[in-house]
Amino acid sequence: MSDTKEPEEIQTPLLDELEKGPWPSFVTDLKDLSEKKPAVKQLLGQLEESYETRTDHWLGTVINLDGYGGGVIGRYSDVVDKFPAMARFNTIRILEPSAWVYSTAALRELCDISEKHSAGILQFHGMTGDILMLGSDNEQTFEAGEELMEKGWDLGGSGAAMRTLACCVGPARCEMSCFDTLGLTKYITDTFISELHRPEFPYKYKFKLSGCANDCACSMQRSDMPIIGTWRDGIQVDQEEVARFIDERGERSVMNTVIARCPTQCMTLKDRKIIIDDDNCVHCMHCINVMHRALSIGRDRGVTILIGGKRSLKIGDTMSSVLVPFMKMESEEDWERLTDLVRRIWDFWGEHGMEHERVGEFIDRVGLGTFLDGIGLEPDPQMVNQPRSNPYIKFEEYTRPRMAGEEKKAPSVLNKEPDGEETIS
Amino acid sequence: MTTTKKTAPRDNGAPEFKKFLHPLMAKNYGKWKYHERLRPGVLVHVAESGDALYTVRAGSPRTMSVDTVRKICTIADKYCQGHLRFTSRCNIEFLLAREEDIDPLIREVRDILGFPVGGTGPSISNVIHTQGWLHCNLPGTDAAGAVKALMDTLYEDFVNERLPQRVKISTSCCQINCGGQSDIAINLQHHKPPKIDHGKMQICELPKVVAICPVAAVRPRRVEGRDSLEVIEEKCMYCGACHGQCPSMEIRDAEADTLSIWVGGKSASTRSGPSFMKLATYGLPNNPPRWPEVSEAVCRILDAYKAGAKPYERVGEWIDRVGWKRFFEVTGFPFTKYHIDNYRFARTTFNTSSQVRL
Repeated sequence: MSDTKEPEEIQTPLLDELEKGPWPSFVTDLKDLSEKKPAVKQLLGQLEESYETRTDHWLGTVINLDGYGGGVIGRYSDVVDKFPAMARFNTIRILEPSAWVYSTAALRELCDISEKHSAGILQFHGMTGDILMLGSDNEQTFEAGEELMEKGWDLGGSGAAMRTLACCVGPARCEMSCFDTLGLTKYITDTFISELHRPEFPYKYKFKLSGCANDCACSMQRSDMPIIGTWRDGIQVDQEEVARFIDERGERSVMNTVIARCPTQCMTLKDRKIIIDDDNCVHCMHCINVMHRALSIGRDRGVTILIGGKRSLKIGDTMSSVLVPFMKMESEEDWERLTDLVRRIWDFWGEHGMEHERVGEFIDRVGLGTFLDGIGLEPDPQMVNQPRSNPYIKFEEYTRPRMAGEEKKAPSVLNKEPDGEETIS
Repeated sequence: MTTTKKTAPRDNGAPEFKKFLHPLMAKNYGKWKYHERLRPGVLVHVAESGDALYTVRAGSPRTMSVDTVRKICTIADKYCQGHLRFTSRCNIEFLLAREEDIDPLIREVRDILGFPVGGTGPSISNVIHTQGWLHCNLPGTDAAGAVKALMDTLYEDFVNERLPQRVKISTSCCQINCGGQSDIAINLQHHKPPKIDHGKMQICELPKVVAICPVAAVRPRRVEGRDSLEVIEEKCMYCGACHGQCPSMEIRDAEADTLSIWVGGKSASTRSGPSFMKLATYGLPNNPPRWPEVSEAVCRILDAYKAGAKPYERVGEWIDRVGWKRFFEVTGFPFTKYHIDNYRFARTTFNTSSQVRL
């Protein structure tokens, strides 16, 4: 232990460079914190070493609370001889309230628990959406977890589980939201709380919910199941406000910034009025974004459900694609229909998916047609950009690929193994 | 190690957000009529009832001490009836019922917190980022530090709305790329296959490590009488998937790892639809503590975007309109064979027409 650095020996000349400049500095904040939390001084010391050598010093491990299979990210340092407080320095993931709305009382409660049982570092928020509480040793992790749950908080997801959900601000403060993103986020979380806490899927499964196609929750590429608000009647047009917009910004501005930018060319400007071919509107939100006093979302609202988005590990990025073009999402029965669909997907993917295979990768492997058969959904032309152009189709059986655990079966035309000796004779 | 007694309730579920809504949010839930951007960083949402809710958006460093969070609470108690929210890009949104409170609140946000107000409309939003060296077990670089240095450089584009359209930036510290798709992304790039520590190889993980390799480059091998693995280096594309499975498959190399800049990612289905980001330039040094080469490259892209894009065009939409030839001309980044995809679906990225810009 002679290598242990005394607090006064921990210098951070490289990190100190990050105290300069106008943007708020996490280094300054953590230095201030280290006055009352000596472990944070060691954290900065270890980080300084990483800056010096461009080498990380964290290792991962597993630690779980009673009854939970995830939610804590176990960390220990490989330079613990110098920084003994880093022997265990876990992160606790905490389920955030929908749309990240808080009362100060709730935030202060989190601060108190964090100060009592961890290094006093909070992150708002992790990339999945959780509140992150950094810097508990194992015993503190248990204590913090118990106190969090005693006060009504709960752990977030990790591992091969349903992950913590995230959603946009939705109807809480946006006129463009086509459904209750906050309510549905809580409903899905609570309905599947067991799937969130006890990993038993092939791999992670993320939901993100956005109230409209602007997708402020970045659901398309960052979740396995984006749920995005839309409508199936027409855009509501207030022609008086259209006229006012033209008076303020000019007809040319409407033409250049609105009409010309419509992806399906479904809008025309005639006699200072906007005419929309609603059948060809794809609900992209651009015109509404620009002329938000004159145009607004339709009244017959619901969601488009997509599937398969993920970031690069391990087959490269996949974009979500349409699974259900439109579903009403207003009543409890609508919400139940959605969770029924989710259960069917989890059953099929859970049974046939391979280890570490995200649902989008699974669909790539077995084919979307097979996937639809497996979850009992009819094909819909809205699911594709175009029908196939290659002609190799097994019309008679649409043979599905071999699933995990199945015996390898030879295709029917080759179902007799040639017997070497007999064939020769 | 002692374990605490199981006393607290389990499976509480998500916190009840309704308790946390600002009173005007609760009252006008789902009944908002329109919104305006009053000035950079300040929004007003008007409800059908006529109520107006003002929002002041401030950039945060994401990683905060409890004392900083308590200071935020004190300001929100004074001006926001004790309610606030965070955005998906780690901004804080202070919610106000009274327009006359906006200026005093902004002063306190600047003076007490030192946080900038902005990030609305056609501006740079707060950079989203991963844990990096601060607390992740896989990173080849830091995130919080690189973001801090970058946002110092881009500060004026956060506090002003002077871009053609919003620009979202992210960073990722390894090739798993937790940072996600963005208009401009700064991601670490590995350049070497994993170095295997045969002595520390965890036997239980071996089949998983073999299975996770997307190009079947990892296979079992006996090494000095022990079960271990080998990597077929010609097949390996340095993705690091195996390293996530097993810490003994070290993919990082402090001397070799570099940073790449990617452009044109977009999540919204607005106008052109979502898009992946594409490689703009690579080989930038992983250069703590301030990564100046990264800031320089990002500024080069932003300058070209400001000069060339039409109003409402995101970075990717601008490049799609003017073409990649023009993009490489105006940014000065060289276009090389490494910019041409050679993985799955590479052909879908080729120009399969005779349409060329000459």
